[in-house]
Amino acid sequence: MDLELGSEYEAFRQEVAAFLAAHWPPAKETDARAAASAFRERAVARGYLYRSIPKAYGGSEQAPDPLKGRVIREEFARVGAPGELQGPGVSMLVPTLLACGADWQKERFVAPTLRGEIVWCQGYSEPGAGSDLASLRTRGALEGESWVISGQKVWTTMAHLADYMFILVRTEPDAAKHDGISYLLLDMKQPGVTVRPLKQMTGGREFNEVFLDGARTPKDWIVGERGRGWQVSRTTLKHERDTVGGQSRTEDMFGKLVELAKDAQREGQPALASGDVRQELARIEAYVLAQRYSAYRQMSMDLAGQDAGLIGVLNKLNGTMIGHHIANLAQDLIGDAALLMPPQGRGGNRRGDEKWVNQIMGSLGVAIAGGASNIQRNVIAERGLGLPRDGAEGQKGTGA
Amino acid sequence: MRFRLSDDQAALQDAVRDYALREGDAGARRRAFESDTGFDADFWSGLMDLGVGGLACPEDAGGLGLGVTDLALAAEALGYAGAPGPFLGQVLAALAIDRFGSPAQKDRWLPALATGQAIGTVALAEAGDRVRAADWTARLEGGRLSGEKRQVLYPELADITVVGVAGGFALVEKDAAGQTFEALDVADRTRRIGHVAYAETPADAMPAEADAAEALVDAALVLTAADAFGGARRLLDMSVDYAKTREQFGGPIGRFQGLKHQLANMAVEVEPARGLYWYAAYAFDHGAPDARRVAALAKAHLGDVYMQTARAAVEAHGGIGYTWEYDAQIWFKRAMFDFAYLGAPSRHREHAARLAGW
Ligand SMILES: Cc1cc2nc3c(=O)[nH]c(=O)nc-3n(C[C@H](O)[C@H](O)[C@H](O)COP(=O)(O)OP(=O)(O)OC[C@H]3O[C@@H](n4cnc5c(N)ncnc54)[C@H](O)[C@@H]3O)c2cc1C
Repeated sequence: MDLELGSEYEAFRQEVAAFLAAHWPPAKETDARAAASAFRERAVARGYLYRSIPKAYGGSEQAPDPLKGRVIREEFARVGAPGELQGPGVSMLVPTLLACGADWQKERFVAPTLRGEIVWCQGYSEPGAGSDLASLRTRGALEGESWVISGQKVWTTMAHLADYMFILVRTEPDAAKHDGISYLLLDMKQPGVTVRPLKQMTGGREFNEVFLDGARTPKDWIVGERGRGWQVSRTTLKHERDTVGGQSRTEDMFGKLVELAKDAQREGQPALASGDVRQELARIEAYVLAQRYSAYRQMSMDLAGQDAGLIGVLNKLNGTMIGHHIANLAQDLIGDAALLMPPQGRGGNRRGDEKWVNQIMGSLGVAIAGGASNIQRNVIAERGLGLPRDGAEGQKGTGA
Repeated sequence: MRFRLSDDQAALQDAVRDYALREGDAGARRRAFESDTGFDADFWSGLMDLGVGGLACPEDAGGLGLGVTDLALAAEALGYAGAPGPFLGQVLAALAIDRFGSPAQKDRWLPALATGQAIGTVALAEAGDRVRAADWTARLEGGRLSGEKRQVLYPELADITVVGVAGGFALVEKDAAGQTFEALDVADRTRRIGHVAYAETPADAMPAEADAAEALVDAALVLTAADAFGGARRLLDMSVDYAKTREQFGGPIGRFQGLKHQLANMAVEVEPARGLYWYAAYAFDHGAPDARRVAALAKAHLGDVYMQTARAAVEAHGGIGYTWEYDAQIWFKRAMFDFAYLGAPSRHREHAARLAGW
């Protein structure tokens, strides 16, 4: 066992740090968005971002090396430099296109997606199809050179800002449940698409209903074959196991929780002096450390081509549970700020303790999105532990 | 970074697990459990023949010169198998003598402990939950030891006892005068402990600063955590196997979602904790700045996880799980041991909080 990165990686770290010192932060007068884009472009050219994506499609096409990836993430985070874009376009669509897309699709969509020039939303869930995603009913029919799509999607994050949607639609109504679905790409800016924002319990408006009424997309805007959309969408899930990213967010949050316990007062004393708070913090910290070193173990074993076993199917539920623990202690610590809504709009992170209400509520979004916790438990029991299947075929697993 | 087992480590863990499972399932575990002594001489000598006693002893003493990480991997395997006997005392006594002993003390004891010719144990805890080196009140003066110790593994069997005292350790040999042993009706009958009172007992001084001596407590916490991980993993496997074979309502009970979710919850508590005990062992061996804290956190966490897993496992088995005859209760009681040995989870969490400056 060895947790040291070794001299090669420490030298690499110096190299990344030198690059950052030269290029970030940018000169003051430039506008922030343009500066971030220009910086990203440089970072891609240096091989620091989008490392697994071919150069032809706007990536930096580096040999797989998760340790370098880790060094880059750490160094970028240290100086607050913009990293890879987040969101369903980069994390779900791009890997799917690279695995299953036609060449013209990769050429047309991947690079602008990586640069943030086009924004995607994920059109999977429907009012009648959540955990049981494969029961989706939005229809797609080929009429001449176009797919014509009608139905409804829901909980569609960022649909109001998106240029395109990757969407699962039923194109073979007579085929079996999982064999009648196709994976299409759809332009959101057209008359047949209506986006109606949904207000979340947090007060934010990040997800939407999307009504599709004869929306059109060209015949060749299909990824993979007709009726193979379910399988195509599954390839994306494999790319979603970035446990390391989730784990470092949890660590940041735990660090803030400790600070909160120092600042919060109980009967004139820091809450951190109180036994129950110390106990609970130490209890949560053990979970956080367990998650961190299990991720290092999993990464090391993956690299060596070894099977890390059960941990892979546990990660989402484990992260969710830690999020719940943190939310519960924070709610106890913030006193009467726990009577408030989270701060709305920009700059919320600089406001008072009510910003923790984002975690108190948001941890539930994490629990539901990407396969609700009970579905995770089904997957752990069936795929992880080999228990008999209960007939709920094709559950959402670890999807979005 | 390569945070995974080397081929040698994996082979070691497999060998220990295979041996302990095979012999344990063939009766050694149950025999020891039901016996008056909790000791099965054949099982123990087979384990010593595998070299487990000398894993962390220097090579010139007949050991393998490995570290607490390797001991912890063995402890996990033994915990998984529910192996009976004085492993923990044996390897902790050897660690202490290797770290703090004089050349003469090392010559005298390490080869014998490494090979299993001698049985060793440690006497650390005292009444009033005094488990930390700074709190030990047993005294060694003019070669005479006085004081009372608790939670001593196999005290009457041990050829050599490493006793924690103010100012370090005292080495007490088996037949030294002035020892009073009080046997207890312990729950975990695979790992017997008792109280020992020392009255002017002849003993050999092995001095150590309290802070250095504390490392032995840390090692004990890490190894207990590793045992707990192995045991919890076994209870999970046992419960899953049972759910696949026990039939009710016309099929295996493992098809019922309520039970599946209980088992999935057990898995999500248990499996990630492997990374925690690995890191605690790694931190110990590398003298990491957070080694002491992480040892405490790992012991606390795994003590709880093992106990809760044991409760869930008994429940998942129904009536058979509640019997003396079925082996789930053996691991339940090993969980009770790991929970309480050298202090319950809450005291270690408090210690970790203090060490963090909270
Ligand atoms: C913040 C957020 C963002 C989202 N963004 C998107 C997005 O961009 N695109 C998109 O397509 N979707 C998105 N979703 C939708 C998300 O994928 C679904 O909400 C999720 O899959 C659950 O489906 P559902 O809401 O229909 O709940 P249901 O499936 O109705 O589940 C309700 C409850 O029943 C339980 N349950 C269901 N089936 C079973 C079973 N077989 N066994 C045991 N328990 C069961 C669930 O665990 C849950 O607790 C988002 C959701 C959230 C909360």
